[in-house]
Amino acid sequence: MQKRALVKTLGVTFGAVLMTACASNSDMADGEELQPLNAAAQEASASAESTAADVETKGVEAQAVAGEQIDAAANEAQAALMKATVFYFDFDNTTIKADSKNALIAHSQYLAANSSARVVLEGHADERGTVEYNLALGERRALSVSRFLQANGAASSQIETVSFGEERPALMGHNDDSWSQNRRVEIKYQSR
Amino acid sequence: MKLVFQIVLMSLLALQARAELVIEITQGNQRAIPVAVVPFQWKGLSALPENVAQIVANDLGRSGYFNSLPKTQMLSLPNTEEEIFYRDWELLKQDYLVIGAINEDSRGGYVINFKLIDVNTRTVLMNQKLTGGASALRDIAHFMSDRIFAALTGVPGAFSTKLVYVTTNRERTQFNLSYADADGAREQNIFSSKQPIISPAWSNDGKKIAYTSFENGRSEIFIQEIASGKREKIASFKGSNSAPAFSPDGTKMAMVLSRNGNPDVYVMDLATRKLDRITTHYGIDTEPQWMPDGKNLIFTSSRIGKPQIYKVSLTNRKPKRITFEGDYNARARITPDGRKMVMVHRNGGDFHIATQNMKTGVLQILTSDTQLDESPSVAPNGSMVVYAASMGDRSILAAVSLDGEVKFRLPSKYGDVREPAWSPLMK
Repeated sequence: MQKRALVKTLGVTFGAVLMTACASNSDMADGEELQPLNAAAQEASASAESTAADVETKGVEAQAVAGEQIDAAANEAQAALMKATVFYFDFDNTTIKADSKNALIAHSQYLAANSSARVVLEGHADERGTVEYNLALGERRALSVSRFLQANGAASSQIETVSFGEERPALMGHNDDSWSQNRRVEIKYQSR
Repeated sequence: MKLVFQIVLMSLLALQARAELVIEITQGNQRAIPVAVVPFQWKGLSALPENVAQIVANDLGRSGYFNSLPKTQMLSLPNTEEEIFYRDWELLKQDYLVIGAINEDSRGGYVINFKLIDVNTRTVLMNQKLTGGASALRDIAHFMSDRIFAALTGVPGAFSTKLVYVTTNRERTQFNLSYADADGAREQNIFSSKQPIISPAWSNDGKKIAYTSFENGRSEIFIQEIASGKREKIASFKGSNSAPAFSPDGTKMAMVLSRNGNPDVYVMDLATRKLDRITTHYGIDTEPQWMPDGKNLIFTSSRIGKPQIYKVSLTNRKPKRITFEGDYNARARITPDGRKMVMVHRNGGDFHIATQNMKTGVLQILTSDTQLDESPSVAPNGSMVVYAASMGDRSILAAVSLDGEVKFRLPSKYGDVREPAWSPLMK
């Protein structure tokens, strides 16, 4: 059931595969930022097409085979994207960066497909500026990711946000390199 | 048995020593009043547990108002008026002289007689007798400093006050909320945790500390009585609970809650626990602080995109922006007379501590030799600001006088020290 739901959210439903994967993806989010996902879906559709040639002769059975192959490819693409669990921000900024969006969409879709999955979004800030302002900044970063996940299919009941402000740096240095790594939101799965 | 006892004692001593703050004066005031505190006479057989005259000399020297003459530069060491050779002190260009003697009383305590003398008029300005036990010698010394400071400046001294702060190891796996004398001595632990502790704030009677602790995985506000150690969780709503500030009369607490999805300023009635939401903006509203009248708050808001300071009346609830210089103004604190605001300020470059005149809006940057300055807290007599800063790769406490003239540092011997808050005047 979960795999089915996943395929559906990816927009790679059965009928859609027989047409083009690209077209079905465009209604999910900003199309231009979805290159990796598109590529994965195209791969999925390519393998589906080769089986699709047999559809006429083998009928219903072939459809089931194609479905599983699509599931596998899509799962793989999603799993690859979901390896990214830390998302970075600019100084005093809570806007999600363009290069974070594909991975966040993959997390959204996973949450949408797995209603029992739960995540905590941990917001962090770098050490510059004041402690309390940074606590608020970390929280708004986490809330910003939360809204993005919800806009892409996750339910609010699956998401908790917490801010640690500047108290839990990923790197201890007092320089741009450390600071850029410390301005972040971490997605932590409580249950899968 | 004896060996075990010694080891325990040694490790206790080691534990005490490594967390203590050490004062390093980095800049003095050229215009400060020259004063000489002459070592006090002591005829006892064993050494005194505290060097009272030295503590007084250090207190006065650190205040920004005085330059204490080092003992090594003194030409004579009088203990009584009769022993004073005024020409010595005129030659050394000293305006004031403090002399005294310490004697043991019949019950094993100490009696300190001291005089404050005006060198120019050759008159005694103060002649006092103080008594106390061995453990009270430091308190007596700070009390003397307070009296001398008040007599010569007209401003109450703040030497008998405390600082509360958070120390942490480099790995950020251990956090200690501690307090010490304003000169860093006699550190005492209030609360320890493996999770962050931030934003300690004193109650106005100096008996309680409110702070934010992450011990339950997110920020919650606690109030702890210092004497009994009794602690109580007072804000644990959904989201963040932080930035506590006791109202001047102690009945209310301003705080920041994100229970409605965004950090906003609230005021809690501490008796009924009823919440009153003060700000409702979609930006960040945080770091509330009470004006001395108890009817207005100042706070930091990002409502124009960058943090600036705003003032809001608790009656009309309409925030008014009050900082306009710089691209980052945050964590404002008001001087006790309400005339100046001290805050973290940045204008394109580094973060520094600045003051702003509440009436004229004139801004003055106080710090320049420390980096990443944050968490300013004003002494209860308005003379100094203590703040946290970065030195090398460590977090230290530093202090600067409100005119920017005097600077000193209070690095911890061990790890990082952050989030200082200066106590009110202790009774």
